[in-house]
Amino acid sequence: MSEERVGVYICHCGTNIAGTVDVEDVARWAGEQPHVVVARDYKFMCSSLGQELIEKDIKEFGLTRVVVASCSPHMHEKTFRGACERAGLNPFLFEMANIREQDSWATNDRKAATQKAKALVKAAIERVIHHEPLDPLQVEINSSTLIVGGGIAGITAALELANAGYHVYLVEREPSIGGHMAQLDKTFPTLDCSACILTPKMVEVDQHPNITLLSYSEVEKVEGHLGDFTVTVRKKARHVIEDLCTGCGECERRCPKRVIDNSFEAGLGFRKAIYRPFPQAVPKYPVIDTDNCLWFQIGKCRVCERFCPTGAIDYEQQDELLEIKVGNIILATGYKLFDPRRIPQYGYGRLANVFTSLEFERMVNAAGPTGGRIVLRDGETEPKSVAIIHCVGSRDRNYNEYCSKVCCMYSLKFAHLVHERLPEAEVYNFYIDIRTPGKGYEEFYHRLLEEGTHFIRGRVAEVTDAARQPGEEGKLIVQVEDTLIGKQRRIPVDMVILSAGLEAQPDAREVAQKFGLGCDANGFFVERHPKLDPVATMTDGVFIAGTCQGPRDIPDTVAQGAAAAARIASLISQRVVQMEPVRAHIDEDLCSGCRICNDLCPYNAIVYHEDRQVSEVITALCQGCGACVAACPSGAITEAHFTDEQIMSEIEGILWDVRPQGAHEAALA
Amino acid sequence: MAETINPAQTASFMDEVVAATPGDPHLDRCLQCGTCGGSCPSGPDMDHTPRQLFAMIAAGMKEEVLRSNAPWYCVSCYYCVARCPQEVHITDLMYTLKQLAIKEGLYRESGISNAPGFSQTFIDFVENYGRSFELGLAAKYALRYQPLNAVRMAPMGLGLLRRGRMAIIPKRIKGIDQLKAILARAKALGGTA
Amino acid sequence: MRYGYYPGCSLERNAIAYHQSAVAVAPQLGIELNEIDDWNCCGATEYSSIDLIPAYALIARNLALAEQQQDENGGQLVAPCSACFLNLSKADHYMAEAPDLAEKVNDALSAGGLHYDPGSIQVRHLLDVIVNDVGYDAIKAKVSKPLSGLRVAPYYGCLIVRPGYQAFDDPEYPTSLDKLMRVLGAEVVDYPLKTHCCGGHMTQISRPTALELIRRLLKNAADYEADAIVTVCPMCQLNLDAFQADVNRFFGTDFHIPVLYFTQLIGVALNISPVELGFGKEFVDARPALDKIGTGSPPTGRRRRSREKGLPMPTMSEEG
Repeated sequence: MSEERVGVYICHCGTNIAGTVDVEDVARWAGEQPHVVVARDYKFMCSSLGQELIEKDIKEFGLTRVVVASCSPHMHEKTFRGACERAGLNPFLFEMANIREQDSWATNDRKAATQKAKALVKAAIERVIHHEPLDPLQVEINSSTLIVGGGIAGITAALELANAGYHVYLVEREPSIGGHMAQLDKTFPTLDCSACILTPKMVEVDQHPNITLLSYSEVEKVEGHLGDFTVTVRKKARHVIEDLCTGCGECERRCPKRVIDNSFEAGLGFRKAIYRPFPQAVPKYPVIDTDNCLWFQIGKCRVCERFCPTGAIDYEQQDELLEIKVGNIILATGYKLFDPRRIPQYGYGRLANVFTSLEFERMVNAAGPTGGRIVLRDGETEPKSVAIIHCVGSRDRNYNEYCSKVCCMYSLKFAHLVHERLPEAEVYNFYIDIRTPGKGYEEFYHRLLEEGTHFIRGRVAEVTDAARQPGEEGKLIVQVEDTLIGKQRRIPVDMVILSAGLEAQPDAREVAQKFGLGCDANGFFVERHPKLDPVATMTDGVFIAGTCQGPRDIPDTVAQGAAAAARIASLISQRVVQMEPVRAHIDEDLCSGCRICNDLCPYNAIVYHEDRQVSEVITALCQGCGACVAACPSGAITEAHFTDEQIMSEIEGILWDVRPQGAHEAALA
Repeated sequence: MAETINPAQTASFMDEVVAATPGDPHLDRCLQCGTCGGSCPSGPDMDHTPRQLFAMIAAGMKEEVLRSNAPWYCVSCYYCVARCPQEVHITDLMYTLKQLAIKEGLYRESGISNAPGFSQTFIDFVENYGRSFELGLAAKYALRYQPLNAVRMAPMGLGLLRRGRMAIIPKRIKGIDQLKAILARAKALGGTA
Repeated sequence: MRYGYYPGCSLERNAIAYHQSAVAVAPQLGIELNEIDDWNCCGATEYSSIDLIPAYALIARNLALAEQQQDENGGQLVAPCSACFLNLSKADHYMAEAPDLAEKVNDALSAGGLHYDPGSIQVRHLLDVIVNDVGYDAIKAKVSKPLSGLRVAPYYGCLIVRPGYQAFDDPEYPTSLDKLMRVLGAEVVDYPLKTHCCGGHMTQISRPTALELIRRLLKNAADYEADAIVTVCPMCQLNLDAFQADVNRFFGTDFHIPVLYFTQLIGVALNISPVELGFGKEFVDARPALDKIGTGSPPTGRRRRSREKGLPMPTMSEEG
């Protein structure tokens, strides 16, 4: 250790770091530290010139250790390890200090930032001299992929991978794939028929030899790691034998029990207790909703069984648990519409003619409950005036602070559809800002201006049926400040549509935990990097696509689905990937056989040898989380690249200006 | 011709308003959506909606803001506060603007200048007795500020008296000297939070 | 259950019926109300319009007294008046949030030998205490004269639910008073303006503004065929009751809806004599409404809408 020769490099990151940290001072100071033979500061260490600087110094000065103080290791650890390797130095003899995210970006105090930079650099120096050369682990990639969620994101990803020749398991919670896109009538701004462009893809999924479709199924358990995941899927009992069912629909027609369809029809229509969500459902098999089926509830009926021509009804069918092996996973679990009952002043649930945006989508859909007619809740009367309220549950700290991104455009689409179907009707759009960033989007807004939509700039205060004036009797009154004239206005209308925002699925946090992901404050899955790695996650081998990561429209969702598939195809084509050799190891001589670590390991990576009465870590399963290392009462477990000595030295280094020397030895003793 | 903006001046009025309001009123968050102006029960009577006042504060239009009748029409219903998507403490800010308008002597130009008179008459009784005194308030305020209304209000006053719902003489608390001492010290401490 | 009691100025005189009925029903519900000794006015909505620190010092003197006397009352202070409830809870809230404000207010209090630690007193509205501490079931068990046949419009007004420094119900669509009235056997009308403003002190400042606000409420309650409006605040009661005749004159309307305190109706349902509950002091005679009690059959839950025609209607509960 005493002869280690360390090179230290302080990055300016343009002004990102140098604007707050006195980088020259840190470099000068670093050069005076024990073991350090060269210390430099440089404008951009990650540039090729910066990397060449390191390579040159390794050779010239005979460096045995390298420290770079710059950004987060997530960003450039690989870059600098590569530089070391090219100069013949084992890449694990490198350590990175994060003086940007954890320092310069966190404060404007130059003095404090410089002092902290020194502490972080000192910690890295102290740590790196205890590093050991390591070899990366080689992992074979299973070429099958699990995709969770059969909306347009999951469908796109599944087809991309399947067409590339790889097998896909597509798991969907609902009885049919299609997701929200299947509910929509037209898509903005081109007004393509949503079903017309979606259903061919659904059929393709159904018929693709490389896709195993597991609908009406949910993932129960995930084990393993990149290249080798074992996933347990619960295939819920449909009570219909898929091999026998022809999808003729006779059971649905005969079923006497009518239920409000809160899922596909968004509450605006009905379905039967045995049902397919919609005629083009994929797969074509219906399911029995046992909460409403008369046979399951009161033990009478069995009408579907009686009329099924192929004997496909099976009331005794049980859930099945399937175990599948995959190398990668894509989560494409989608969103949930904001429930506008949470804003009582908008009247949804109390005032009959207030509708949600999804209800309106179903209403204007030719295959929906009204056959595409725009009518009031009575099912007959056509409205003479329609108010469309933007930002319902979005841009509001009481609910969701973020902008839901799609509501402006779909609200414009709604206005257009009302003009198209009810040319005499007046249409009002109430907005805070009209947001139309996208190809052809602003032009669509201009089109609506020409179509005569009334645009009133103001966030609606309330919707009420409490009439004040004669002209308001029997109407819904939208009360708002028209902010462009600075006056309060009351607009009487027949129908109100609430353009509700997009929210994370209610069980997003549970799902995230199951797959080892993070969620942001709003419950959306967190990507590895918001700009440069938007579909990967912090867990290798788990990718995300579509609205489960944040609100977005169909084109962006499709792009993400394809991007996630491309990332996986690239991994599969490598066959073998290198993984961090950060793994635990048990010293059998020290192990007392207490088995505490066996139960603690979240990856079931530790086995116990009865004969020798010791535990052993299966390296291929270990994820390097360190739980066992911390728990072992005998101190028998060590983790490569995170040894006690390395960690204690790092702490010692970070406290260099507050702790007397020698405390580290005392702590270890 | 457009007005020349003095950035220092605009910042200082915003700061003054925020400093005179308890807690952080989040005035800088206002995104001009108009939820407050739309929700306000007396919005139609206001010369400027609360939203406009906030834009004017940001623009440093101190005199125009303090001359506005809007704060005096505020009925303290707190609908704007409950609904504001940015959690701006609008009602508290209306109280602040009233205090500043009195301090700067601009309230008289608001066109609803009897409102401060009512508040002042009310607190005169509270400061002298420790409790409010409706008959005294009604008589003193009406005679001084609304002589015409006094006649109109008289039957209701009699109705309250007849039903035993109005006292003839004010009630004084025991610790009135203590209260006076507290209020005197409070006034000496100044008006900012 | 023992509480400090802050009646507020209105309950001494114009809302004496509220005080009488509260004091009459409290023991029957197991509530002990101990009036804070030598309390002073909370400043209503007036003092904050003039000067900040004195306004807070005025309120805080009451909190300081309540803190001194809290051993007997468990640190809880009950206000039946919504404006007092708001002011007391607001002072506590902002003194806790802004230490510099607390320091100045306590500096002022020290001139009277007093001190208040924000957070040490919990301010409650009387309705909160009755529905949440006593509870609907316990009240139901005590009802001996159900209010069947009486259609009431529960009127919350503003300050009991907004801005919610001591929130116990929804700021836009509260239901606690509705549930309480149903427990008493009354039929409840779900009218949209139940949390709209009564005009507050506007009757004194801008009469047309105030009368219009009162008219809206009376019209809405009348549209829903309410026999009576039930209030939780003396200001609301005064404006809707004493100014009802003014509204009729001003707009040429003919409203005659009695405006009662919720404690009066609890008292009726507990079979306490009307005199003890302060009846007879209202401007709009309550007797025709009270005479309806016992004439109707108790409501049998909500009417079921026919689902055969038209599109399904979403329900208020999220699960549908």
